[in-house]
Order: sequence, then structure tokens, then C-alpha cells
Amino acid sequence: MPRPIKSITNPRLALQILSPEDVQRIHTATLEVIETVGVRFPSPKALEVWEAHGAQVDWNTKIVRAPGHLIEDALKKAPPVYTLAARDPAQDLPLDGNHVYVGTDGCGVQIIDLYTHERRRSALKDVAEIVRVADYLEEVAFIWVPVSAQDCPPETRGLYELKAAWENTTKHVQTESIYSEREARASVEMAALIAGGREKLRRRPVLSYALCTVPPLGQDPGTLEAALVAAEAGIPVGFMTMTSCGTTAPATLAGNLVVGNAEVISALAMIQLAYPGAPVFYAAAQTAMDLRTGGYTGGGPEDFLFGAASNVLADFYNVPLSMGSFATGAKEPNWQAGIENSLSTFMACVVMSDMLLGVGLLHGSRIWSYEQMLMDCEIYDIVYHMMKGIVVDDETLALDVIRAVGPGGNFLAQKHTRKHMRDLWVPKFMDRRPYEEWEAKRDDARDWARAMARQILETHQPEPLDPQLSAELERIIHAA
Amino acid sequence: MTDELFRAMAQSIIDGDPDVAADLARKAIEAGIDPLEAINKGFVPGVDYVGEQYGKGEMFLPDLVLAGEAMKAAIAVLEPEIARQGGQRQTLGTVVIGTVEGDIHDIGKTLVATMLSVGGFRVYDLGVDVPITTFVEKAREVNADIVGMSALLTTTMVRQRDVIEALEDAGLRSRIKVMVGGAPVTRAWAQEIGADGYSEDAIGAVSVAKQLVSAG
Repeated sequence: MPRPIKSITNPRLALQILSPEDVQRIHTATLEVIETVGVRFPSPKALEVWEAHGAQVDWNTKIVRAPGHLIEDALKKAPPVYTLAARDPAQDLPLDGNHVYVGTDGCGVQIIDLYTHERRRSALKDVAEIVRVADYLEEVAFIWVPVSAQDCPPETRGLYELKAAWENTTKHVQTESIYSEREARASVEMAALIAGGREKLRRRPVLSYALCTVPPLGQDPGTLEAALVAAEAGIPVGFMTMTSCGTTAPATLAGNLVVGNAEVISALAMIQLAYPGAPVFYAAAQTAMDLRTGGYTGGGPEDFLFGAASNVLADFYNVPLSMGSFATGAKEPNWQAGIENSLSTFMACVVMSDMLLGVGLLHGSRIWSYEQMLMDCEIYDIVYHMMKGIVVDDETLALDVIRAVGPGGNFLAQKHTRKHMRDLWVPKFMDRRPYEEWEAKRDDARDWARAMARQILETHQPEPLDPQLSAELERIIHAA
Repeated sequence: MTDELFRAMAQSIIDGDPDVAADLARKAIEAGIDPLEAINKGFVPGVDYVGEQYGKGEMFLPDLVLAGEAMKAAIAVLEPEIARQGGQRQTLGTVVIGTVEGDIHDIGKTLVATMLSVGGFRVYDLGVDVPITTFVEKAREVNADIVGMSALLTTTMVRQRDVIEALEDAGLRSRIKVMVGGAPVTRAWAQEIGADGYSEDAIGAVSVAKQLVSAG
């Protein structure tokens, strides 16, 4: 049986972070940047697409300057709604603007071992095991490659990661670690095998691509070519900007949004020019640099604001959004991790970002922690409950019950209480025990999260992939 | 008069104003001031002040970078004059730096290059996507003390090892120190591939470089 998926839907909370005039100004500024400053597309294939559609291409600098109408017309061809398919159709994820789905974070390079507690380099086995735990968790709706399979050859690493993912989950898989045309071609073949053929893959994309831009105002050659291969096959493709105030973007938040927006919408437009109607999505994880080191922070009020603002932009362009939330800069699952991951996730959820990336990583998406993964799921669960808001009707106003209890009584023995008590949130990892019980045991959320992760890993068996399919996937990887 | 000029030079560094710094450098040459003295008594105190304020948490990375830009502008004016007079600017050492082949990530590497240059090193920045042989050839050409390599991807990180091996094959490894950095790079990785230095950020990289050259 596939595990249920907990997605936020029919929200009762809302937030206005940018006015329609603000959005229009950001859009106009973005088009001006694309038209006059340009964006670097260092791939002959991408440059040919631009040139064929009348953009101004400088073949020496690889910078494209495209008029606003070309970008706007291209973006209009992008489908506003489509579905990320899962190996098990019961776990399909409609990107319809009325759902928030959480994925695993990626792509870490180290892992805190679940049994030895040692921090070590990540390997293929870790990808498989993390995905297996993610398959169990109902808060996790889809898989991002959580850590890098560094024991696999660099040329086919991204493919081994995909194989490990499909072998351990029936949920949708989104890769953020394929960035060459060669690997992309093999990944399409693999996805087609899982979906049951090229045409079925187009209708039911069991794979999607998240790709990074190169801020400021640039793209990566391998990434562009991989995106074109995926888009041609009908695999949804998203471009993620990680513009950082002060280093790769202006220090001001609006300026940051403009730079990142120019990167993302120019890339999405290029895909639409090449393959009109191809499913695409907006992706973002903007931040502000650490003022002392220039480094990536992984959280802060700027990040939280970006988390809400990006969805307004994605809505303006009428494409789904994948938003970076969680991904704390903390070194351990601690106070900082709790604050950063709660606020970033709340802000991204309250505006109904379609996809959230994601649970499980520490130190700015570099170190995997199973404990953090499970605590992140609990953070999401809190937000999930908050998004239901406060329902006001006769039943919830509960006047009859208030009358029945009257001054000085209590509500424990009321049927109304028993009827509604399960609407109240129950924590997995919050410590609500009596003080003395805590004092005697001195254990906490980390211990409980670790125990739960071990239990899932040791007992959960996802619907296996047909061994013949596995062998075929292996063959494709070897031929790549 | 000279004191006033020196003070203005320091201030141009603190303000991070390359145009003013270059102007003051030209004025010093016109006034017949020893260009080495202009650097050491005029501009360097500005760099020291900025470094000190940074240490106290009063100034931030952009202050350091702007100071670095101003310093570069001043040195660009003064260095030819030093050479004309038959002298040479003292540096802590020569660094060849770049992002490895297959990787086009620029910012971290450029920041390290700037900080090293502000910190007193002569820096040759080879840019991004730098082939192995280019690292080796440039290191040989400029008689580098340090080769620095950046990588942002786990798939390109392995090139750092290739460059170290190429330096060995070229017979240069024994007299060149190797520093590595980049988001996926860890101290364990640096040790595994036999690099001499590793830092998580640009400020730390300067201390590491200083230790490496002083250790000889």
C-alpha cells in the first residue's frame, strides 16, 4: 500500500507581501535587465534557440538580450497546471496552485551516520536509505536527491542517484544533480522505462528536473543542455535562483528579486521557445550573504521574506513554484535550526508555494541529519495545522457545550470535546512531559527523532521496483 | 604636506574609493615621493585600519573588498614607478588561483583572490573552468608559492586532486603549496588529496596562505 501524503490544501491563512503595483514594477525592471543588460547562456544550443526567435545574441560573451514581448509571449505558452507523476498513481502530485508539497532537501555532501553519529562523506547507500525513510513519511510528498553518491563515478553519479531513488520509493522523484546533456539523455531513458515508454512518460512524468542558475544573470552550459533534453521529453523543468544580497545580487531585497527573476524567467522563456507548452516551474532560494564572510547563511528575515515573495512572482507568470525553505544554516538540530526552518516554511506555505525544498539538511544544505529530517517534518506538520485556520460555525462556536458546562466546570467530559479533540495537534517531538520525568531521563527531540528514523529504516519496505527494471536501469547507466 | 597626503591615502582605502586612491598615487609620484614609501606609509595604514575594524565587528566584508579595490588602483599606479626606479614591491608570496575545469563558479574564488591581494600577496587569477595544464604552466611561469583551487560541485571537486598530481608530474609539487576550497570541500577531502591548506571562507584563506608561506 502506498503511504498517504500530507499536503496543505484549501488554506485559511493569507499574507500580502507585495502589492500588484510592486509585482508590476519588479516585472518591468526584470524585463529591462533582460533586454538591456542581458543574461549569459553559455551553450550554443541555447544561443541558437534565442537567435532563431529574434533575440540579440553576442556569440563571444554568450550574453542574450531579449525584448520584453519575446519573454512575455514565451512565458504565456507554459502550462499553468500539470501533475508530477509518481510510480504509484495514488501518490501523484497535481501542481494546481491549491497544494503545498514537501520534498527532501538536496544535495548534501556529508551525512551524520544514524548509528555511529559520525559525520562522514555521503555515498550511494545513503541515498537509498534516506529515500526509503522519506517514502514512509507522509509529510514528504516527493524526493529530491538528498545527498551526493560520492562513491559513484562523477560521470554517471546523477544516474545512480536516480536509480537508488526509484528503487526505494513509489513517490515522485525530482533530480537536482544532473547537469550534462549525456546524463540527461540517459535519465530520460530511465524515466521512460519506469513510466512504460516515451509517450507515457510525457503524460505521466515520474521525473522532474530542478536546475540551478548561475547568479548574477548567468546560466550553466551543461544545465541548459540537460534542460533542453528533459523538456523535449516532456519532463517538467525548473530553474532555481539562489541570488544572495551583497554577493550575487544587490544588497536590497527588491534588487535581489529582479536579478533572480531575470535568471529564472529568461531560462523558462528559452525552454518555451524551444518546446512550446513544455511543463516548467519557477524555483528560488534567495538569501542574503553573511556580512562577515560573504557566505551562505541558510536563514534570516530576508530569506523568509523571499520565501513568500517568490510565490507572488511565480503566480504572476502563472507557473508552479518550488521554494527553498528549511535548509537551516545551523550545524546541529538546535535552536537556530528550529527558528530558521519554522519561519522559512511558514512564510513559503502561507502563500501556497507548490513545492518546498526540503527536509533533512544542516549547515546550509551540506550535511544530512535524519534527526533534522524528522524534526523538519514536525515543523511542516505544525504549519499544516495552522493553515487550516479557525473555522467559525455553529458547531465550532459550541454554544450548547458552553451552556452545559457553565461557569467553573470543565469540558473534559463533553462528547463535543471527544468529537473534536483529534482536530487538536499532537506532537511527536515536543517535550510536554512533567519536569521530573524529563529530569530523570534527560532525553529530547533528537533522541526520539533518531529512534523513529532507525525504526522506519529497519522496518519500512517500500513497494519494490521490478528487479528486471532495476537491471535495465543499470544497463542504461553503463551505456551512458 | 607629505603627512597630509599619507593621511588622505589611508582615508581613500578606508572609503574604498579607487579613483581617489589612484589620484593620490599619481600626486605622490609628481611630488617625488618614494613610491614604496607611499604604499607603506600612505595606503597600508588604511588597509590595517580596515582590517582592525573588521576584527572588531565594526566593518564588514564589502568594506574589505572596497578597500582591496582601492589598494589595487593605487598599486597599479605606483608599481610601474617602483620598477622604473629599479625597485620591487615586497609581497608575502605569489599565488595562482582559479576554479577547476568543468566548473564555472566564480564568486568564492574571486573573493579569496581579492582578500589575498589585500593581505599582501601577488595574485594571478586564472578565472573559472581552468584546465589542469593551465594551473601547472602558470605556476611555473610566475614561480608561484601557492596554487589555490576552487570547486563548487562534487563532480568537479575531483579535479583538485588531478591538479595536485599534475604539479607532481611536472616536478613542481615540492616547492609549491596547494590550497583548496569550495562548498563541498572539507578538511578531510583536502587531507585525502594531499592539499596543504584548506579554509571555509576567504578571510580564513588569508591566514592559511600566510602560514603556508611562513612555514616555507
